[in-house]
Amino acid sequence: MCCRDPAFEREGNARRESRTAGLPAGEWALRSYELAAEQVRENQRLAMPTVSVGRDLLFAALEQSFTDEEFDELCFDFGIELDEVTTEGKIIRKEKHLEEDAATEGDEEWIYKIEVPANRYDLLCLEGLARGLRVFTGKEEVPTYSLADMSSRAMLKMTVKPETSLIRPFVVCAVLRGITFTQARYNSFIDLQDKLHQNLCRKRTLVAIGTHDLDTLEGPFTYEALPPSEIKFVPLKQTKEFSAQELMEFYKSDMKLKKFLHIIESSPVYPVIYDSKRRVLSLPPIINGAHSAITLKTKNVFIECTATDLTKAKIVLNTMVTMFSQYCDQKFEVEPVEVITDGKSNVYPDLSCRTFEVDVSYINETIGVQLKPMEIVGYLYKMQLPAKVIKSGDTTKIRVTAPPTRSDVLHPCDVMEDVAIAFGFNRIEKTVPKSHTQGKEQTLNHFSDLLREQGSWMNLDFIQIALAGFTEVLTWILGSNMENFTMVNREDDKKKSVQIGNPRTSDFEVVRTSLLPGMLKTLAHNKKTPRPVKLFEVSDVVLLDSSKDVGAGNRRRLAALYCDQTSGFEVIHGLVDRVMEIVGISRCPVGQTTGYYIKPSQEPEYFTGRQANIFYQGFSIGTFGIVHPEVLQRFDIPDPCSAMELEIEPFL
Amino acid sequence: MILSSCRYCAGPSLNWRIDLRNGRIRAHSRVASEARASAGASDWGGCGFDSRGSGRCGEEGLRREGAAMGAADKDVVEEILLGDLNEVGEIADSGEWASRHSVDHGVLCDVIKSLSGFELVDSKELSRESWFLEREGEEYVENGSAEMQVFLAVPPEGITLPDLKAKVGDKLLNVGQKNAMKNGWIVMQKPLMKRKVAEAEDIVRSQLVSIKDGQEVSPDVIKDLKKRNLIARKLWKGYEVCKGPKYALKRSKPATDVTREMLQTGAWKEQEFKAYNFEALGFPISGGYLHPLLKVRAQFRKIFLNMGFEEMPTNNFVESSFWNFDVLFQPQQHPARDSHDTFFLKTPATTVELPEDYLQRVKTMHEVGGHGSIGYGYDWKREEAEKNLLRTHTTAVSSRMLYKLAQEKFVPKRYYSIDRVFRNEAVDRTHLAEFHQIEGVVCDRGLTLGDLIGVLNEFFGRLGIKKLRFKPAYNPYTEPSMEIFSYHEQLKKWVEIGNSGMFRPEMLLPMGLPPDVNVIAWGLSLERPTMILYNIDNIRDLFGHKVDLEKVKSNPICRLGI
Repeated sequence: MCCRDPAFEREGNARRESRTAGLPAGEWALRSYELAAEQVRENQRLAMPTVSVGRDLLFAALEQSFTDEEFDELCFDFGIELDEVTTEGKIIRKEKHLEEDAATEGDEEWIYKIEVPANRYDLLCLEGLARGLRVFTGKEEVPTYSLADMSSRAMLKMTVKPETSLIRPFVVCAVLRGITFTQARYNSFIDLQDKLHQNLCRKRTLVAIGTHDLDTLEGPFTYEALPPSEIKFVPLKQTKEFSAQELMEFYKSDMKLKKFLHIIESSPVYPVIYDSKRRVLSLPPIINGAHSAITLKTKNVFIECTATDLTKAKIVLNTMVTMFSQYCDQKFEVEPVEVITDGKSNVYPDLSCRTFEVDVSYINETIGVQLKPMEIVGYLYKMQLPAKVIKSGDTTKIRVTAPPTRSDVLHPCDVMEDVAIAFGFNRIEKTVPKSHTQGKEQTLNHFSDLLREQGSWMNLDFIQIALAGFTEVLTWILGSNMENFTMVNREDDKKKSVQIGNPRTSDFEVVRTSLLPGMLKTLAHNKKTPRPVKLFEVSDVVLLDSSKDVGAGNRRRLAALYCDQTSGFEVIHGLVDRVMEIVGISRCPVGQTTGYYIKPSQEPEYFTGRQANIFYQGFSIGTFGIVHPEVLQRFDIPDPCSAMELEIEPFL
Repeated sequence: MILSSCRYCAGPSLNWRIDLRNGRIRAHSRVASEARASAGASDWGGCGFDSRGSGRCGEEGLRREGAAMGAADKDVVEEILLGDLNEVGEIADSGEWASRHSVDHGVLCDVIKSLSGFELVDSKELSRESWFLEREGEEYVENGSAEMQVFLAVPPEGITLPDLKAKVGDKLLNVGQKNAMKNGWIVMQKPLMKRKVAEAEDIVRSQLVSIKDGQEVSPDVIKDLKKRNLIARKLWKGYEVCKGPKYALKRSKPATDVTREMLQTGAWKEQEFKAYNFEALGFPISGGYLHPLLKVRAQFRKIFLNMGFEEMPTNNFVESSFWNFDVLFQPQQHPARDSHDTFFLKTPATTVELPEDYLQRVKTMHEVGGHGSIGYGYDWKREEAEKNLLRTHTTAVSSRMLYKLAQEKFVPKRYYSIDRVFRNEAVDRTHLAEFHQIEGVVCDRGLTLGDLIGVLNEFFGRLGIKKLRFKPAYNPYTEPSMEIFSYHEQLKKWVEIGNSGMFRPEMLLPMGLPPDVNVIAWGLSLERPTMILYNIDNIRDLFGHKVDLEKVKSNPICRLGI
């Protein structure tokens, strides 16, 4: 799951640009693949969240100093990436577009921006990163996270009212007792909530976190859903009381909070958490109350996570408490809270470990190594996965205990991967798959290529007459309804085209049903190209097709366009004949099915009397003609044009 | 210049006449249409090339010039020039001569070049900087300067500003009023604009006329006119001309090429041939031109085919969320499934048919897991899976292929595809809403991570990239996931070049593939390598309607890995 924070996107762009600048000729190869990979990664949504941590704080936590290069190497092996080394000042200057040596505050501290895998929520803060690297390098034991013994005191209670099921049905809670904040710890505590809200919580739609100074509150708590007019409180950072209704209005102009209003805005009831004195803890997922705000002096923190997805709420709560219980008087100990829903009681957080039993042979055979069971246990421990060797009959297994921080472990394959990482991907011996397979092209693509090559070279045959060959173009499959229909004199009968539901702009309204508009647009953008201009394209259009499971299917077409001071209708006619000749279909009398024939047509995008359909096997497979002057005018093309467009799949 | 790359310059003989009264030359427009008709495309199918009347040069000249008068003008100019040279012996400045004879200087230069080629004249190039009028300057010569037009629009009794504006228009008023007031021609006596003098002299216009006529003008004047953007500087090129060794009043026409007629009549023995100018470019070979992106695609295809990969049928842009996301074990709340990233469809909005028992297995895997997995633990919704979209990756096709394979008796397979994928993102220099993805997939019993590393080394090796290493990464449907890095010798650092991984058992087992079958896969985009290879820094110059056709034509062959 990737971080969609705008600041992150900005960084990405800047990085891309810096990588393309100043490339010496001939050095394209590696660079191009680098960029290619980056694009695919972006497009496969593999973009990873970036965590910014103070370098010196991190080194202090690691009890070791590194050069940037050494730290980069360590990150590479661990599967995170040192993305940028910067300072607060540099970031500010970049945002304000100032010169690199301009005087700004904040150059004192070096910041490491580190990319972490999108499913490793335990690496989203300095505490987790340091813990992960310390365990990886053998400096620290894997911590055991435990619940406080509540036998001698009463557990805090949270009662969930049934109305919450209308809007945001789940809540999970926990208490961090005796925590000691410093400015750095406090900042990290806030940053982690932001990072979680951004990705795992899906911009607070799935989960929202509220943290409170428990000493300002009195349990038991209730989680309710009330009409907005009945909820009144002083929100965080404000001094006056607002009703929930007023707050929604008020935050419409708040750059940060306005993005979250839609989550509850249209609901008749809003979720709200009260303590026993009817003080509002929070109006999730929008804002906390001012009353219970945490400060540097806060000793006891109450954490509530409200959610529409219980699994994710538990992971979020676990991440918060496992990361910050390290600053509690009882290190890694968390006080549980009882959540009562419909009279049923659940205790959170659930810090139980999950166990997986994985065959040693599975691990070795999938990676392609021969590790001894104890070596595997050693490697897994480096990845914070304590494990033991167990034997059952002939098979040797590894029993892995995944701590609550490792919610990413779903299957033995995740265990196998951690062994491979800790062993080192680059120490694995290269092998080649043993099986024999045959190379084979798709017939349609092979045929298209033959046509394309012929289509471009065939012009040599009449070079003295036409003086120029056809130039291949590659146009966009998406376009506007205006271009696809209106501009070519067609009406959208709603029976033919695939329509996009969520286009950003009108440029992406429809999947093209004809290649002609794209070619006309290309021509319009090349006004200065010497005439005659001769273009062709072999590509797909998409038409609604009820015989397909998805209700639409591609059609491969060949289109060509000729433009000069005269329309070149005969050239296009000749091209049609030539295409049929090279696909080995001869002309036959009109109405017969032994070959192809040409019959005058009435298509709106072509000029009357200078257009015809091409019939093959009794069906019209395409049209050619002089492009209608109105169409040319709409595309702002001053010169006459002729065009053809035909389906090529019938020739297969 | 029109004929700079022409090798012979022997224009066809066409109709022309000179208007003797003013010495101007007119060519008949009929000439042009005839030339076009014979050179053009009429009835090419039946006639063959011999029937075309005009020669190459004439036709090329016509075509490139765009103006039909060229050839006719040249013959006339040539005749006058040769005649004049006979009388005066030499012409010191072709520019001055052209304006004296009301001849287009460009045409004259062509004629001089052509005659020099045949040694009828000797010429020496002249060049100097000169000033010419911008469009606004030309307008002033025609209608008077802005200040004069404004002055004339102010009647002796005065005029209100809005009326004056209505009379001369916004643009003219702005410039004209300011200057006319500065010149002391008019004055504002609210509410009326009045004349301050009865008459004014349009100096600016006279200055412009002088420049147009090529007369000397003082530097101060130049400076002022330049500031007003009425004139601009350009490099003027012309010739000094005198009689050449083969001078004649009329040139005899040496042949430029050997013809069938010469062979038949034996005329080639006597015929004088013009020297061939080997400095000029040869005749442009105009075959077809393939698109650069598809040339690169062809190279990638070849590499895959040589490595025993079979192409997947990717001609289905419309896909269901089920095949695009769900079967890949990508949870339904995953950000990729957000409308900000993916094009969902209004028509056809949903998919009508999904394999029911497979769908149940996918649902179970997401909700509670199975085959050793704990799943994601959420309510999987069929409606989400039924939503149609434009595929966001070709892996949607890979998943269909693997499912199909699982329904048959298992045989090892290697698959590849290179085709269009779609993403609902803002378009900029490096991003489009559609691009091409290259994907390779190997499917076999007992494949290892070592095999993936081996295959990647082979694949990238064939592209000329030898030194690889791998970094752990995350992707919802592969485990392990590896980013592929290569060492860049020039940059002295490791750069990322692709992504790869082993498909998760949660994806493969619900399909029905045997448990010991592993699938390894990798991907990259087609656009970026092509952009670098062909030195294109804006993706829209490469792909889509804003492409420069001339660039498409001049692109070299793709030498990927060669």
